[in-house]
Amino acid sequence: MIDASFRVCTGMPQLRRAARQLALFVAGLALAAGAAHAETQGITVASTTSTQNSGLFDYLLPKFAADTGIEVRVVAVGTGQAIRIATNGDADVLLVHHPASERKFVADGFGLARHPVMHNDFVLVGPADDPAGIRGTGDIAAALRSIGEREQVFVSRGDDSGTHKKELELWGAAAFDPSPASGAWYRESGSGMGATLNVASAMAGYTLTDRASWVSFGNKGELEILVEGDTRLHNPYAAIVVNPDRHPHVHAGEAQAFVDWLISARGQAAIAAYRVDGQQLFFPDVVAAVED
Amino acid sequence: MVDEAHRAEDRSEVRLGSSDDHPLLPLVARGLQFGINGRRIINDVSFWIGSSGRTVILGPNGAGKSVMLRLCHGLLQPTSGEIRWGELSVARAREQQAMASQHPVLLRRTVTGNLLHVLRVKGVPKAERQALVDAALQQAGLAGLGSRAARTLSGGQQQRLAIARAFVLKPAVLLLDEPTANLDPAAVRGVEELIGAIGAAGTKILMTTHDIAQARRLAADVMFLNDGRLLEHAPAAEFFTAPKDPAAARFLAGELPD
Amino acid sequence: MNEFSSAIGAALSMIVTLEADLVEIVLLSLQVSLSAVAIASVIALPLGALIALQSFPGRRGVVILLNALMGLPPVVVGLLVYLLLSRAGPLGPMGLLFTPTAMIIAQSIIVLPIIAALSRQTIADLHEEYDEHLRSLGCSPLQSVATLLWDGRFRLLTAIMAGFGRAIAEVGAVIIVGGNIQHATRVMTTTIALETSKGNLALALGLGLILVTLALGVNATALVISDAARRRYG
Repeated sequence: MIDASFRVCTGMPQLRRAARQLALFVAGLALAAGAAHAETQGITVASTTSTQNSGLFDYLLPKFAADTGIEVRVVAVGTGQAIRIATNGDADVLLVHHPASERKFVADGFGLARHPVMHNDFVLVGPADDPAGIRGTGDIAAALRSIGEREQVFVSRGDDSGTHKKELELWGAAAFDPSPASGAWYRESGSGMGATLNVASAMAGYTLTDRASWVSFGNKGELEILVEGDTRLHNPYAAIVVNPDRHPHVHAGEAQAFVDWLISARGQAAIAAYRVDGQQLFFPDVVAAVED
Repeated sequence: MVDEAHRAEDRSEVRLGSSDDHPLLPLVARGLQFGINGRRIINDVSFWIGSSGRTVILGPNGAGKSVMLRLCHGLLQPTSGEIRWGELSVARAREQQAMASQHPVLLRRTVTGNLLHVLRVKGVPKAERQALVDAALQQAGLAGLGSRAARTLSGGQQQRLAIARAFVLKPAVLLLDEPTANLDPAAVRGVEELIGAIGAAGTKILMTTHDIAQARRLAADVMFLNDGRLLEHAPAAEFFTAPKDPAAARFLAGELPD
Repeated sequence: MNEFSSAIGAALSMIVTLEADLVEIVLLSLQVSLSAVAIASVIALPLGALIALQSFPGRRGVVILLNALMGLPPVVVGLLVYLLLSRAGPLGPMGLLFTPTAMIIAQSIIVLPIIAALSRQTIADLHEEYDEHLRSLGCSPLQSVATLLWDGRFRLLTAIMAGFGRAIAEVGAVIIVGGNIQHATRVMTTTIALETSKGNLALALGLGLILVTLALGVNATALVISDAARRRYG
């Protein structure tokens, strides 16, 4: 076999030129496609997995579109990531459930104003046989302390979400720090509510979840609601329009229309009317009177 | 057309044939050297070929015959020395030549596809292609097999296709590297008949073989190569009856080379 | 086992009723992955040929790198493309994040090394075989490349299908750059992830069966084609 030290295909400047031209052409195509996309219709809403998985948006958005003709695209991630997305200007509206972070977002100039939209509550779910003995207690902090002291499996969101932040605040209220036990009985899933519930279900462990995600969750297994009703388990959602002064490309008009609709009588009535398994999942904040 | 033979002082440089009126002849080589990684494969070879008869490069395996052929065709560059085809450099001359190797290199296409590929590459107008394809198939005895996948042909058929493909545009020179080395006797005959027909049409044939009987059948003149050296170059009749080089004589007698 | 039978039931009923959402999701998956493969092929096939045929300093390193890039983790590609396309990033003004275009870009990047490496291998093998013959004919470089690409067509097709199989099956990149937005960037893999996270395991499994059938179908077809081609053309 004659080896390649001999001159093989000598200098292919023609081919190299063609390759370069082709690369430029494809890049041009992609850019053109991109430019065509830059002015998409509608708005992008950065929201949470709890609103997504509960099916609320599937219910609300067609109504909003019918009323205004505005298309809404929802990106559902943890609250922390949602806020980052909105901060970067990759979304037009932020709809999450952690007031402290929301206020900071507005104070830092990334959002116009915080509008409370709806609320529900968190519940603590766990295995039906309740090894930590917390069933029925109205004191969430005591319940968590009990779980920690008895080293029962607790699954945390661990993803910087609103639920996660609320959970950490409650451990603080219980004066108990679970982090040394991370990987032992304290399991940080680093995922959305659904995935976390899956983990808790599989491990027959305790976890904190918002009621909406819980009701619409399809894999409950042995888990039941064990603790509810403590005022500290209040779960408020608010909507914020991303500040167009910081991100000029934001569709501020349509974004404001969305927020306005949510807190309008129609929007609030729609929120109250949403049911899963006959249960109301979200309670309107602005218009207290609920039409049925 | 008188054959002149005269020897050079130091090397077996023989001039065979006056320059027939052939665009690429005489083929002249002077002091050719070729080596890889320090190993000499062609060692100081010079020759002069003027006649358009079939020239056979004969020698044992490993003599450097294939390399010699590729040097003439320009697929390899000599380490030193020069080759010229008539007025032309090897690179220019290659445009009027075609080669078929020992193992036919057939494209993964039909028989017709292989022929069309050559015509396309050489820029033959579309209208003329079919006629050339048909003629080539006829000549190679492959009429009716045009739509067969080329690589499913028998060994003999493949080699005939490769040779017919090389000849489809009637090149001035056809180079053949051990064309029947892997074939059974019946197939050998078919290929040799094809070679005969091509040579009779006036194409200069330069081929290599280690098969003495084949050389006897086909050669007009013989170049005997051994261990990278050109030991003798003579008209066939002379060579086979009375070889002047002792190594050639031993080879013809059937002895193994040193 | 019960989960599996409900999954098959779920899958069949979705297919039989040609449920609108399912059709939309499958079509988007195909659109994204086929586009990605098309774009990647247009670049990767000539690129592979170029690397195979043109010697240059450091070529060996490039070949090793190309083969290594076949194992590029999709989620990492997703993250990098996300950083590129975010408004806070260099290509932000194009507004491509959370669109099918972003997903196509990410999958093109994932699939490109696969097709390029396989095309390079194919062309290099064919080149070894055909080089003398093509030089003897006096082929121009472009003619040589065209000959090699055409003669390698079945192996190259297999390479392209391998790329498609990778693209249609990945979730890491498309979920990050696409955002899994309903009716916009939701594809089969991200829907499976979503339905799993909602605990709708039967539905997720049903979708999974459809996806597996699609992916296996493509791979099986590729195998059959290359087999038949090899038998016929050698």
